[in-house]
Amino acid sequence: MSTREVGYVEAIHEAQLIALASDPRVILIGEDLGLMATPGAPYAAYAKNRIWSTPISESGFVGMSVGAALTGLRPIVDLVISSFAYVAFDQIINQAGKAAGMFGWQRRVPVVFRAGMWYAQNMAAHHSDRPYALFTNTPGLKVALPATPADAKGLLLSAVRDDDPVLIFEDRNLFAERGPVPGGDAPVPLGRAAIRREGRDVTIVALAACVGHALRAAEKLAGEGVSAELIDPRTLVPFDRDAVFRSVAKTGRLVIADPGHKTGSFAAEIAALVAEECFDALKAPIRRVCTPDVQIPYSPALEHVLYPDPEKIAAAVRSVTSAR
Amino acid sequence: MARFDVMELHRRVLRIRRFEERALELQKAGAIPGPLHPSIGHEAACVGACAPLRDDDWMTGNHRSHGHPIAKGAALAPLFAELLGKKTGVCGGRGGSMHLADFSVGSLAETGIVGAGLPIAVGAALSSRVRGTDQVALTFFGDGASNHGTFHESLNLAAIWKLPAIFFCENNGYAATTSAAATTSVADISARAAGYGIPGVVVDGQDVIAVAEVVQHAVARARRGDGPSLVEAKTYRYCEHAEGAGMPGHYRAREEIARWRERDPVALSRARLLRDGAASEAALARLEAEVEREVEDAVRFAEASAFPDIGEATRPAFASEAAR
Repeated sequence: MSTREVGYVEAIHEAQLIALASDPRVILIGEDLGLMATPGAPYAAYAKNRIWSTPISESGFVGMSVGAALTGLRPIVDLVISSFAYVAFDQIINQAGKAAGMFGWQRRVPVVFRAGMWYAQNMAAHHSDRPYALFTNTPGLKVALPATPADAKGLLLSAVRDDDPVLIFEDRNLFAERGPVPGGDAPVPLGRAAIRREGRDVTIVALAACVGHALRAAEKLAGEGVSAELIDPRTLVPFDRDAVFRSVAKTGRLVIADPGHKTGSFAAEIAALVAEECFDALKAPIRRVCTPDVQIPYSPALEHVLYPDPEKIAAAVRSVTSAR
Repeated sequence: MARFDVMELHRRVLRIRRFEERALELQKAGAIPGPLHPSIGHEAACVGACAPLRDDDWMTGNHRSHGHPIAKGAALAPLFAELLGKKTGVCGGRGGSMHLADFSVGSLAETGIVGAGLPIAVGAALSSRVRGTDQVALTFFGDGASNHGTFHESLNLAAIWKLPAIFFCENNGYAATTSAAATTSVADISARAAGYGIPGVVVDGQDVIAVAEVVQHAVARARRGDGPSLVEAKTYRYCEHAEGAGMPGHYRAREEIARWRERDPVALSRARLLRDGAASEAALARLEAEVEREVEDAVRFAEASAFPDIGEATRPAFASEAAR
């Protein structure tokens, strides 16, 4: 099937419908899923046994997905908003993440957790988290951050066929984005970065919606004579370190744009990796553009200034390229 | 209802008792690196609960779970080797005493996190429904776990969908050193079943046949598609919460322990076999010698086994990488 313009959310549904149609072991689990399987709705064919619209019981239904995965199913769990994952922390980290290894690889835990990151939506601190870095600091969980509609579809298709638990953090700020998406069954492999723009002077590694911000920054910088290369890692675990190392070897400068809070961020991990492995290539200090370590406030006057944006990314780039 | 093989039940009760006694001896001798949570005193509950299960039914346990896989029919040698952290252990030495999952007998998950196994069993029951089999899932938990959110979420989830789950509480009266009376709003945990519209029954946990008969009804109900049940076995642990972990021992009256020991599950089972004419003294002596031999063989196997290769320590946490 040919590539068409598709929305980010629509692309996710395409992936789920393909996964359901192509594998009877795939089920959907999550809160408030009932309407999507009513007669005439896209998921109606799966209403009876494949769509499990749950009570508000995150520990319960996440644990349930682990049990289902251990006994032969491939659940896709919709956590709706990423901070709801905290309610099920034990089941995600201790059970999903550890069962395969702790039980000596007797079984795998093929489960996908989808979680939306509803930041910059005037929803205050409980709903605005971008917690992917937390889940990279515990073994056994894969973490994906689709930044385009094509990746929203393709990473989900790869995740549901992967034998390990995969968390997919979907960026609410991209829900209205449309972009080219291959039709049909078009998985995007986990662990392979995308080079969104080629450049010579500086490498920008950007996560989630920061990919778009960094692209706009790069366009602006091009007008100033700075050639920026933009890398979208697409998955944090596994992380395509070679793509980043190759780019830094070429440019000698690194700016990381990460909507997560700065301390203990994935940006810090990327910075550490590059400092360890590419020190000799670096011509300037590594810069991180992240969100300050504060509880996200409600007021639009307070919230929107916190996140990385094209101007902050461009400023960080200028700070490391000005002495060229 | 099918009659039970009473000699086989007695054999399993004895296997657990002797396994636990030898594990404690080896721990005192320094051969077991971690703490043990012995189920001595619980044997009839463990065996009675598993007696009506088929080999392809599922079971989840908890931290006090040596008895559960044995009751489900697991071979003793890989379990003992696991306690010693050996390569031949059921989990290859990665799980240890609290995590003796043996998937070959449907023992899916034993977890060191109290309450975590309940939703996993619900997921196995869901899996049975989705795949169209008549397998059931039984989860063991203690009185302490009945105060955990996962207990309530799991009962509700299984009840709304009439999933084939059996919630089996081994109420030994204590969560570590804290009495159930001090922490639990009801005298009988089975009373909580009413809140979820499912049957809740109390059974004498020291009487293996009584437990087996009660669980048999719950299993039949689950297989028929009539939904889950809560069974509460009143039982007692003779040992400390954790042996080898420096737990305090001054929270139970000596008279209380003595009173429970008068209703020892091994002695009661033995006496009943003699009383009912189901076994002679000579047959019981032969059985006891066989079990003694089986446990000694398991100990010898475990002691003779090698520790895992050091390279196993950094085996990748992911199925996809481990397979490479």
